[in-house]
Amino acid sequence: MHVITDNLSLYRDGLVTTLRICLYSGLLALLLGTIMAACRVSPLTPLRAVGTSWVTVFRNSPLLVVLFFMAFGLPELGINGTYFVFGTIGLALYTSAFVCEAIRSGINAVPPGQAEAARSVGLGFGQTLSLIVLPQAVRSVIPPLGSVMIAMIKNSAIVGAFGVGGDLFSVGENLTSAQGEAALPVLIGVMLGYLIITIPAGLLLGIVERKVAIAR
Amino acid sequence: MRSRKPRAVAAALAATLGLVLTACGSGSTNQLGSGGQDSFQAPVAENPSFEPGTTMAKLSKQGSITVGTKFDQPLFGLKGLDGTMQGFDIEIARIIAGQLGIPADKINWVKTPSKSREAYIEQDRVDMVVATYTINDKRAQRVSFAGPYYNAGQDLMVKKDNTEITGPESLRKTGAKVCSARGSTPSEEIKKYIDPANLVLFDVYSKCADALRTGQVDAVTTDNVILLGLVNESGGKFKLVGKPFTEEPYGVGITKGDTEFCQFIHQSLTKAAQNGTYQKAWEATAGKVSEENPKLPELNTCS
Repeated sequence: MHVITDNLSLYRDGLVTTLRICLYSGLLALLLGTIMAACRVSPLTPLRAVGTSWVTVFRNSPLLVVLFFMAFGLPELGINGTYFVFGTIGLALYTSAFVCEAIRSGINAVPPGQAEAARSVGLGFGQTLSLIVLPQAVRSVIPPLGSVMIAMIKNSAIVGAFGVGGDLFSVGENLTSAQGEAALPVLIGVMLGYLIITIPAGLLLGIVERKVAIAR
Repeated sequence: MRSRKPRAVAAALAATLGLVLTACGSGSTNQLGSGGQDSFQAPVAENPSFEPGTTMAKLSKQGSITVGTKFDQPLFGLKGLDGTMQGFDIEIARIIAGQLGIPADKINWVKTPSKSREAYIEQDRVDMVVATYTINDKRAQRVSFAGPYYNAGQDLMVKKDNTEITGPESLRKTGAKVCSARGSTPSEEIKKYIDPANLVLFDVYSKCADALRTGQVDAVTTDNVILLGLVNESGGKFKLVGKPFTEEPYGVGITKGDTEFCQFIHQSLTKAAQNGTYQKAWEATAGKVSEENPKLPELNTCS
């Protein structure tokens, strides 16, 4: 186990890189997912089509394939950028499909009377959704949304393989192949690194869930 | 209406398949085409005489030799689909065999991947190993090395029209992004020359080559021998910088302590260098892609 303590700074750097990937991807995924959920419940057919296609494409493609298209497809079309940006956007696109569906289920759980009441006092679709429906919907979907986010944190290990490097999983890979360390203790270190992120994230979600819960 | 949809799907599939097929076809142009013996053939000595009891006498008398080599290293040791062996290592082995009076068709080739080379020599399953075999102290404890016959080293591969990158020192100045394989020794070595942020790592070098082609990275680094293979496959899009910055001396692996055979190999190599066979062997193989014109390195002492 000395390999973990000896390379603590490497592990720390990996943890920071993984956190950065997750933070940017997570924020972007929440934003895109909410927009897509709004599209899917909108009264306009074209918007519904956009939302549905979005979810169909990104929920049904393996993350590996999405990342391949980002890292090798975009440069092929002449769009160059850093692999960090490509990887983060790829992960966000993939995750946003799941965020969208989680939020949509929350929207569906809000009693229709709420929206009808909002419309009857003169609110438009946008106002009804953002002021009345979404605040109630999001509260009820904190647990599934949390699961989506934790899955995303673990998926970030795949992003590292697409030229990003330096994330927690790549650090483990580097220690085993370049420096010839035994795989098992190195991977235990990697696992501990992910747990350091995911367990507090789970606890935080529990607190948020209790704070925003509403009695029905 | 019912029959329409499947037909559309089939058409789409066919189109995709066509794309995939053309994509595969364009990459591998000159790897398999140049089979056969080329114009070069190592000279074969007629009735050479050796002191009885030596490895040379034994091999010369039996008229055949078993050589371990790589089967999958383009330009150095590659077995073509038609079964012919090509590459610089192959020619070096043919030169040595020729000096024993053994013609090229009496050489038995045995595949010796990197990790099993010492074992093949120790178990006498091969008479010698010529397989991009770097001489180092750890290996020299189990086998003896003749040579080196070539000094390989870590190099950079860039796009054909790149004039900014002239060596590892120019990387930091130009802020170049460099690609290598994750967890490889070259990827650690290159960190001396660039910021870690500019190092891009993939699991295989073919992905690095793709990133270089699309302009995502400015250079690819690993041993020049591997890079030459990639240059060969690129169809003239890439080139080597040609300034190796590490030393990987390639030697001929033989049974530990067979000093006489080692000295004989040295004589054969020296002779080949003097009469131009060594240069011709290079030109017929790796020299087709590399601009380098190597001379026979200074040989180690046999022990």
